[in-house]
Amino acid sequence: MSTKKLKFLLQLADNALILGHRISEWTGHGPVLEQDIALTNTALDHLGQARALYQYAAGLYNGLEAADKQDFFSSPAFADPEMNVTEDSLAYLRDSWDFRNLLLCEQPNGDWAVTVARSFFYDHFSYLLFSTLSNASDATIAAIAAKSLKEVSYHRRWSSEWVIRLGDGTDLSKEKMQYAIDELWSFTGELFLPSEADMVLEAETGCSLSSLKSQWATSVNQVLEEATLTAPAADAWMQTGGKTGTHTEHLGYVLAELQFMQRAYPGLEW
Amino acid sequence: MNNEWPLWEIFIRSKAGLDHKHVGSLHAADAAMAIENARDVYTRRMEGVSIWAVESKYIHASNPDDAAALYDPANDKVYRHPTFYDLPEELKHM
Repeated sequence: MSTKKLKFLLQLADNALILGHRISEWTGHGPVLEQDIALTNTALDHLGQARALYQYAAGLYNGLEAADKQDFFSSPAFADPEMNVTEDSLAYLRDSWDFRNLLLCEQPNGDWAVTVARSFFYDHFSYLLFSTLSNASDATIAAIAAKSLKEVSYHRRWSSEWVIRLGDGTDLSKEKMQYAIDELWSFTGELFLPSEADMVLEAETGCSLSSLKSQWATSVNQVLEEATLTAPAADAWMQTGGKTGTHTEHLGYVLAELQFMQRAYPGLEW
Repeated sequence: MNNEWPLWEIFIRSKAGLDHKHVGSLHAADAAMAIENARDVYTRRMEGVSIWAVESKYIHASNPDDAAALYDPANDKVYRHPTFYDLPEELKHM
């Protein structure tokens, strides 16, 4: 059985988990009460998407032949092929080299502008991705995508409007928003650089990942223009590696915080 | 010096409801943000499906001190109530 679909699902789930976790770090620290709540809601949306995807992925993993399981994860927790893997195992027991999220998702929150920029780039991408996946031939993926699309529509609206407000705001807000856009730009190339697993997108929907790139560029540039910001060069050098487990220094710290309780108190429940 | 965004009063109509009810207030920089903040703050538990936002400065309220002059006179004018008609059977359950 091809493990590509499982790898593809893990890419999506890991994006949602890591980005959701990052956004949740704002809880209690938002600049104003209403935005603190908005971000908490968004983080929960991402975590909900992660759960749905991990549940499906866990089922697929458990159904693999022992030979396929053997080298699928390098993390020691998965050494036993008899182990019943759950959504929790996938979220809490893998080390960073087994994570397939975009490097963009693990970048630190920085200030408000950086957090907005990170979501801005990601939300325009996931809107296109989930729209496409709503037509997946795999019914479970289609259902998860259709439900997530509603949440993502709001996220995209939220992040785009903040880019516009900060960009077309005061001199200071414009400077910070431009800086954030420029700083995170090198992580956007990875969105459309297909990994082997991304072939699943085309197999399921007839639409390739790279074909979404121009739509993304158009909608992102539209917002940047309205925000009176300068779009970075389309052919700039881009960071890669997340989809194949080569991460920035940040993921280790994120996982240390995210996974500590389950690793120190295995099987811990509320 | 006041650095706060303007205050807005928020009204939500529930799924089965007919009117928007006042649920509270929040700060927002403009109307679009007021609606979105209301969505995030006041509808996260499925409290409603429609939002009205009005900047608080545009709500005018009556003065409680005037209550006697404004409302007491209506107390003893029973002829203003539509209760003296004999309704036909068909309309009994209006």
